[in-house]
Amino acid sequence: MAINTSLKKVPMPAQDPLVRNHNFKEVTTGYTPEMAVEEARRCLNCKTKPCVEGCPVNVHIPEFIHLITEEKFEEAFQKITETNSLPAVCGRVCPQESQCEARCVRGKKGEAVAIGRLERFVADWHREHASRPPEKAVTNGHKVAIIGSGPSGLSCAADLAKAGYDVTIFEAFHTGGGVLVYGIPEFRLPKAIVSDEINNLRAMGVNLQTDMVIGRILSVDELLEDLNFDAVYIGSGAGLPSFMGIEGEDLIGVYSANEYLTRSNLMKAYNMEYATPIRKSRAVAVVGGGNVAMDAARTAKRLGAEKVYIVYRRSFAEMPARKEEVEHAQEEQIEFLNLENPVRIIGDERGQVKGMEVIKMKLGEPDSSGRRRPVAIPGSNYELDVDTVIVAIGTTPNPLLKKTTEGLETDRWGCIYTKDNGATSREGVFAGGDAVTGAATVILAMGAGKTAAASIDAYIRHKKAALSRTEI
Amino acid sequence: MFLIMSKRRLNDAVTMMEIEAPLIARKARAGQFIIFRLDEFGERVPLTIADSDAERGSVTIIFQAVGKATQLLSQKEAGDFILDFVGPLGKPSELEGYKHACVIGGGVGNAIAYPSAKELHNNGAIVDIIAGFRSKDIVILEDEMKAVCDHLYITTDDGTYGEKGFVTDKLKSLIDAGNHYDLVIAIGPVPMMKFVSKVTEQYHIKTLVSLNPIMIDGTGMCGGCRVKVGGKTRFACVDGPEFDGHEVDFDELMLRNAFYKDQEKAEYEETCRIGRGPAKVTGKE
Repeated sequence: MAINTSLKKVPMPAQDPLVRNHNFKEVTTGYTPEMAVEEARRCLNCKTKPCVEGCPVNVHIPEFIHLITEEKFEEAFQKITETNSLPAVCGRVCPQESQCEARCVRGKKGEAVAIGRLERFVADWHREHASRPPEKAVTNGHKVAIIGSGPSGLSCAADLAKAGYDVTIFEAFHTGGGVLVYGIPEFRLPKAIVSDEINNLRAMGVNLQTDMVIGRILSVDELLEDLNFDAVYIGSGAGLPSFMGIEGEDLIGVYSANEYLTRSNLMKAYNMEYATPIRKSRAVAVVGGGNVAMDAARTAKRLGAEKVYIVYRRSFAEMPARKEEVEHAQEEQIEFLNLENPVRIIGDERGQVKGMEVIKMKLGEPDSSGRRRPVAIPGSNYELDVDTVIVAIGTTPNPLLKKTTEGLETDRWGCIYTKDNGATSREGVFAGGDAVTGAATVILAMGAGKTAAASIDAYIRHKKAALSRTEI
Repeated sequence: MFLIMSKRRLNDAVTMMEIEAPLIARKARAGQFIIFRLDEFGERVPLTIADSDAERGSVTIIFQAVGKATQLLSQKEAGDFILDFVGPLGKPSELEGYKHACVIGGGVGNAIAYPSAKELHNNGAIVDIIAGFRSKDIVILEDEMKAVCDHLYITTDDGTYGEKGFVTDKLKSLIDAGNHYDLVIAIGPVPMMKFVSKVTEQYHIKTLVSLNPIMIDGTGMCGGCRVKVGGKTRFACVDGPEFDGHEVDFDELMLRNAFYKDQEKAEYEETCRIGRGPAKVTGKE
């Protein structure tokens, strides 16, 4: 089939920005089969496969795209899931522009192949057409416990279940999915997709136990000693929200992004049928420039705020959020106040937020992160008229597992220390995802889950071999 | 799903339930709490554990029906189920090594103070309980409290039972009468905890209070339960819920607990006007 020489990606169909910023339905509606084939024909099927190197879980990218050109969509799905257990999720939330698509040869002149959109298309096609649930592997009789059902826990569980392990995931919340459910909004990742992925894992024999806070109801040691798990994987997530430490952060109307998003996403506060309340805001300032900040801002808009500002101390060039999220936010009339930084939050006599004092910044020399350091411009302060402030400046690790697991080492920030293979300082205990790296991306967490699954498999095989030697 | 094993009304507004949760019962300690969610549409609501029995596999909760979630829970009967019941959350109280403790409860807070008194008593401390109520008809747990302390002093605001007056008056008179407390625990309405802490500060007596801020996940993720303690932001769900009463910023806690008050009032009026049934309530009850 002839190569499609267009320099541009086939455009992604999406809801009109001024319609979608009032609803929680998915922003982009996905390629049709015709669009997918047309876009797939842009792939040069390079022998060197630079795109695969950019993928934390090494999806067989040229192969699955080639199958799309042949309209073998189910085969394409099977090809992706050889290495990636959550394609419908990754196709939607991965930062492709800095991973696979960043390496795409087509991107040198024109736009890269839309690998993410194609991945999503294939996963959605499979969801609609799949005739059989995933198969359950023959059990090998070994038990593995996974703490946390976010992306790293789910991908670790999938690989171990495929290898025949008896996997139990312990989830602290009432629903599985971790950040995919409480953090990422419905309009970016429909929750029906997450629950489908979890149901697939169940079909593969994975046992998901909700309402289980490990470290309290059961300790890691009890899992290993009393409940006879051969290994434990910790994928407990990023932890507690950080605050700025400025005046007024405890006023009524100040949220962490985690709380704001949890109310809306997990507890469905946007839906009147659900009891959990959320503030009815007129004007909202979201502080931060990451994906979480974009999610919070776009959620606030959908909940009815007239004005929503992103207040970010650097410029677009340094912004850590995915490019597509920033563009979507701009289309949805989120206003970006870049090179500005909060000084204090101002309250009225009843303790309600009535404004935020902001100071303008300029970029100075690069700091240790390599990004140019923002420097305040004296005397440039002004008051932003807002009644709600959402702080989205990152997280600090949850201390619970460290405190309740003797010998589990953490770094000086409190992140769990692991070797490259995911092994912690405790024998039989592995970890990965945000609990190890601090807040990062879904796909990096999935990559860590995969790596740990391979290490757990090797660890248990090795232990079994050693045991049988001593028995002889 | 979690079975309600038994139910008892302690007064018109306060209900006691035993919930079947054997894994939680095995671990629960004084000072810890659970979070329940009644059904798919309900809020996550924290409640302090009032008692637990590892052999029966039960966790006892005592709650006042003040919002929608606790009202709906109070309408459930033994044999019914609760969808979600998570715990034990928060740090257990450290109650060893004390010689003479005064445990103070206010209203339904007595239900939360009771397990601390029991543990202190079991650890060999002399325990005085001051149990404050508004009026005689809402007195709860009198026999239970009597069984775990050396002296039980009941006060009522209106003098209809026990001594007339506030718990702080009684505390002062006990201290002035020569009781050398090495620990005071105060659990109840925020103003009560604030004023007890003010009294004990003058006498330099270590004081623990149990805080009940707005909370959603209860596991250290959302940051909704932040309180200022000793000038620092702490999270009641993982750093608490008990804190040094002399360091807590009670005024800020009262302010933050009113987060959804205006909205609820407006929504309540709105729902009443258009007849859609009860209004939404906060996560803190």
